[in-house]
Amino acid sequence: MPAPTLPSANTAAAVVSPSDYAIEFENVSIAFDDNVVLDSISFRLAHGETKAVFGVAGSGKSTLLKLAIGLLRPDSGRIFVLGEEVTRMSEQELFELRRRVGIVFQESALFDSLKVYENVAFRLMEEKLSPEEIERRVREVLRFVELERTYDMRPSELSGGMRRRVAIARAIITEPEVLLYDSPTGGLDPVTSNTIVELIMKQRDVAKTSALMVTHRLQDAFTMATHEFDQATNQMVALPKGQRGEVAMSFLILKDAKVIFDGDAHELAASRDEYIREYIS
Amino acid sequence: MALELELISPFEVAKEFALAVQEYTLLSAQSLANFFRRPLYMGDMLQQADLIGVGSLPIVILTGLSVGALLALNSASTLQRFGGVTLIGQLVSLGMVTELGPLITGLMVAGRNASGMASELGSMIVTEQIDAMRALGTDPTKKLITPRIGATAFMLFFLTIIADLLGLIGGYGVAHLLFGLDTQQYWTSVWQTLVFRDVFTGLIKPVLFGFIISTVGCYYGMSTRGGTQGVGRSTTQAVVASSVLILVVDFFVTKLIFAIFGYR
Repeated sequence: MPAPTLPSANTAAAVVSPSDYAIEFENVSIAFDDNVVLDSISFRLAHGETKAVFGVAGSGKSTLLKLAIGLLRPDSGRIFVLGEEVTRMSEQELFELRRRVGIVFQESALFDSLKVYENVAFRLMEEKLSPEEIERRVREVLRFVELERTYDMRPSELSGGMRRRVAIARAIITEPEVLLYDSPTGGLDPVTSNTIVELIMKQRDVAKTSALMVTHRLQDAFTMATHEFDQATNQMVALPKGQRGEVAMSFLILKDAKVIFDGDAHELAASRDEYIREYIS
Repeated sequence: MALELELISPFEVAKEFALAVQEYTLLSAQSLANFFRRPLYMGDMLQQADLIGVGSLPIVILTGLSVGALLALNSASTLQRFGGVTLIGQLVSLGMVTELGPLITGLMVAGRNASGMASELGSMIVTEQIDAMRALGTDPTKKLITPRIGATAFMLFFLTIIADLLGLIGGYGVAHLLFGLDTQQYWTSVWQTLVFRDVFTGLIKPVLFGFIISTVGCYYGMSTRGGTQGVGRSTTQAVVASSVLILVVDFFVTKLIFAIFGYR
């Protein structure tokens, strides 16, 4: 079966407004010198949905996230985030929008001169909240990622997995409407990866946050499609067989600067595309 | 293994230079405009003032004393031949206050702080910390660059005054201990030689040099590419460029002040 085709941007615009989606890419292209990284790609992320983005190294996955948050500008095309056209906004306007979006960078990107609580509280300090309120929220979010004991530590004292969880805490402290994860489990051991996946799932199922998750690990995305977070037991539980793939989870695969697949777990499993079959096998 | 040499056309080099000048100018203008926009990061500015000002104090004290003493020593050996040792105070005073004080302090702080700024910001660029800051809704030019510019210009002004004073003390040490010049005679000639123009020249320069050091250091830091090797390259370039720019600007500022106030 060929990869599902995306509806034309013009037709879509006539039916629904971009604000109906958390993120919408319309024919977005970007090249660095002669290297075309993304070539006229289009996709949509619904509110409350988590979309896993796959592709080989250098396929433009991280670039896609940076475009979504306005850290990079596309050569052509339009990008909407929470109804705002990112591609037409000035840097100053983007600073306002970014307060509603959280991002977890590939290497965590924690400020190494600041302590863990200062990293996590960075946005709140910028918003000049009271020290008591900041401490309460930082402790709460560190408890969420099960790292309250690291409150006074420096990023250099943390393991890779702990840094990644602190980065998640920093991204979610302001309860953003959209989260962008750049290889959140990359380079981590299976146990730590599982903890991170559980946290992302918790964010999806408890806070109902929309998310784009760039990853190399197909198993993480499949775990997210076949499990849900159980608040009562505070852990993820496998969905019954009939309900697998029924969670707000979809997949996007990039190849040769194009989107070759955009659909849910059922469609991915049913795909007859040779490259996709090989990729998911 | 064959060594491949890539020839770059002069046109490309000129284009890259023009682009760098344009980016540097934009960054400097934006950072200056941030002084009039909220929020103003006073805490960061004070922290930088401590790092730049207090941190540079030992090196400024040592160089100030040494330069003053050397100036007195070299000029005295010449003046002695004409029986003009009493003029040491005038020479040290004019030399330190108008030229050597600001210049040596500028170059010392450039070596210490332009490199520090370039490496710190460069490391933040390659580890995506600057992108993280932007993603968290904070303008890095406001949070990182403007406080460094304010702190460097402000602290260099005072560091220069300290260097001037220590240079004069160093000169006095040599003049008094080695050439037997009377204390009152030395300090009277130091004081009487200086006119408004000299003091003005000596105090306007550190503000300009502080601006150059911080903007060049921050520019090279923020334009770092190519991982840790790139950080090293930026650091070196920041020191070289800021030092050269200080010397060039020093010449033109001196010339301009001569043009405005006339020669002595």
